[in-house]
Amino acid sequence: MSKVNLKELSHQDERLTGGHRLCSGCGASIIVRQVLHATEDPVVVGCATGCLEVSTTIYPYTAWKDSFIHNAFENAAATVSGVEAAYRSLKKQGKIDGETKFIAFGGDGGTYDIGFQSLSGAMERGHDMVYVCYDNGAYMNTGIQRSSATPRNASTTTSPAGEVIPGKQQFRKELTDIIAAHNIPYVAQASPHNFKDLVRKARKAFEIDGPAFLNVLSPCPRGWRYPEDEAMDLLRAATDTCFWPLYEYENGEWNLNYNPKEKAPITDWLKPQGRFKHLFKEGNEYLIDEIQERTDRRWQEILHRCGETE
Amino acid sequence: MSNKVALTGHEILANAMRQINPDVVAAYPITPQTELVQLFSQFVADGKVDTDFVTVESEHSAMSATVGASAGGARAMTATAANGLGLMWEVVYIAASTRLPIVMPVVNRALSGPINIHCDHSDSMGARDSGWIQLYAEDAQEAYDNALQAIRIGEHEDVRLPVMVNMDGFIISHAVENAELLADKDVKEFIGDYNPDHSLLDPENQITVGPVDLQDFYFEHKRQQIDAMENAKDVIADVAQEYKEMTGRGVEYFEEYKLDDAEIGILALGSTAGTAKVAVDQLREQGVKAGLLKLRVFRPFPSEELVEALKHLDVLAVMDRAETFSTTGGPVFADVRSAFYDAKSDVEVVNYVYGLGGRDTRVEDVVSVYEDLQEITASGKVDNRVNYLGVRE
Ligand SMILES: Cc1ncc(C[n+]2csc(CCOP(=O)(O)OP(=O)(O)O)c2C)c(N)n1
Ligand code: SF4
Repeated sequence: MSKVNLKELSHQDERLTGGHRLCSGCGASIIVRQVLHATEDPVVVGCATGCLEVSTTIYPYTAWKDSFIHNAFENAAATVSGVEAAYRSLKKQGKIDGETKFIAFGGDGGTYDIGFQSLSGAMERGHDMVYVCYDNGAYMNTGIQRSSATPRNASTTTSPAGEVIPGKQQFRKELTDIIAAHNIPYVAQASPHNFKDLVRKARKAFEIDGPAFLNVLSPCPRGWRYPEDEAMDLLRAATDTCFWPLYEYENGEWNLNYNPKEKAPITDWLKPQGRFKHLFKEGNEYLIDEIQERTDRRWQEILHRCGETE
Repeated sequence: MSNKVALTGHEILANAMRQINPDVVAAYPITPQTELVQLFSQFVADGKVDTDFVTVESEHSAMSATVGASAGGARAMTATAANGLGLMWEVVYIAASTRLPIVMPVVNRALSGPINIHCDHSDSMGARDSGWIQLYAEDAQEAYDNALQAIRIGEHEDVRLPVMVNMDGFIISHAVENAELLADKDVKEFIGDYNPDHSLLDPENQITVGPVDLQDFYFEHKRQQIDAMENAKDVIADVAQEYKEMTGRGVEYFEEYKLDDAEIGILALGSTAGTAKVAVDQLREQGVKAGLLKLRVFRPFPSEELVEALKHLDVLAVMDRAETFSTTGGPVFADVRSAFYDAKSDVEVVNYVYGLGGRDTRVEDVVSVYEDLQEITASGKVDNRVNYLGVRE
């Protein structure tokens, strides 16, 4: 695999232009740019309904320099399966030539929940595509409703923190692991504050033959409720607290990509975000303890799996 | 050169698909369409086609992948029935509004619930407003003919719309019939190459498919879709004409059976038209002036042409193999009556909902409808505008 050269990358043209209508500080566009930096080939982008799609393709404008298709909320993976099938058939018949890469972007709603079946099907069938979930932990586009990626106790508009229920009741689904269980060649969890790591993973995903899946933490100032210029600090806190471990699964091998020198307390991640504000009210310490406990257990699991502990 | 065969409806339609040789087929099994998909996968396995066959995990993904493939510039097909079409519903609309000339056999079956695997038209009629062209077949031969013509119709530059090729489940799909298949090379020549206006797979010309389309343009795009449907009328007629010159078979929008001098008539689509022809023949022997109009094209609806062909009747019965639950009759009835409204004709139009969930419709049943029509002519009175044929009341 070719190495990531940051200097070189900085000279590349952006494949997602400015002028789209994502909120300032939104992680989605940052992730898209970083991921698309990882290939020089033409790509066909598929996108699930969600913030990214509605903000970048308001007719008659488009922010995409590559060919782009949006079909519906839940079927980005199936749609790209079809485009990739067309590519294979037309190529076999000699009707087209050259290399094209296929990529699908979906939010956590369009990936973990409603789009899960179509994603699972596409991964199982082995289409040569990269699926990238920009995981902002809620249905942001429809106004911050909970998804199965929403962290426990986050307050959303359908899991609001109230007098008797302190936000979302379940821990988030570990989709990265579930996709790894499909035994596809490459699965990774990443974060855009670690540009080099994300681009390297995206490059690997593009270069591998067959399906690859990247789960990327995507800050959302509106939904997470933090000052929009603090996204990168917050992402760093996500990995330093081990809320969002960076790891990959490649041809059956688990690999840890970031091990904080000093594991930060989960409050570093929770505290700056308005969606967790109620956790810091008197009497709610036990909720934070629960989250800390769960995060620790999960971190141990990952360390173990990645051969970092006995 | 054509080839006379005795095969099931599915085998005949699968051969049409083999001869079309689509670039991509994505499909998911459902009774009674299953056999069609199986037969086609054998063609793929035997290398008889260039198709990339996408064995999706659901019909929703079948239609989604077909949309993706078609937007990628491929000739793309899928096939389904009943609940499968129901699960596709959302994407069926997207296929039409994206102006993708997908061809989809629908092996008609009752839409749950309760669950029932037999023939009626609740599946395709449920999708009648989705923007797809809809063709219906009396028998396997016609389903075959429709499938080939559907490619030409949908891909025509003035149309660019998806086409549903309907075939009655079990009644046609599983029964053995004599049919004439065209030579492979004639099919190839007839359908020609697909040259899409745009493709996702043209790296020189990037496109954005399926954008957000708000108050500013959505309505105009719908208007264009309506124009395309309007254009489809002429294209359907032209393609039928060309097909007829080649094969000696084919009708444009509908077939008129002993309708010229008829006083009472039935309008039917699907396999029931065949049953009705036998009924008409029997009645004609008794001197009853009965006729039949077999509708081939339901979308676009050939309103004026229908009225022209039927306006000399005293009474017309419209046969519907689906309900609308409007409490005012079936879907075909609603369109036919509306077509007659402007014509200021005094044809009485009545409705017969029949055959739901595969309830057998025999020649006697159709004869009983003609008898009802005779009574209406004699008395000048319509007791029931909407009737349920063959149901235990
Ligand atoms: C079938 C269907 N159900 C619901 C919706 C409404 N909807 C559009 S986007 C969206 C949420 C998207 O959330 P996510 O995938 O997390 O992406 P984000 O908005 O966070 O970018 C919902 C519920 C839809 N478009 N289609
Ligand atoms: S609501 Fe959140 S995810 Fe959506 S555009 Fe704004 S910041 Fe991005």
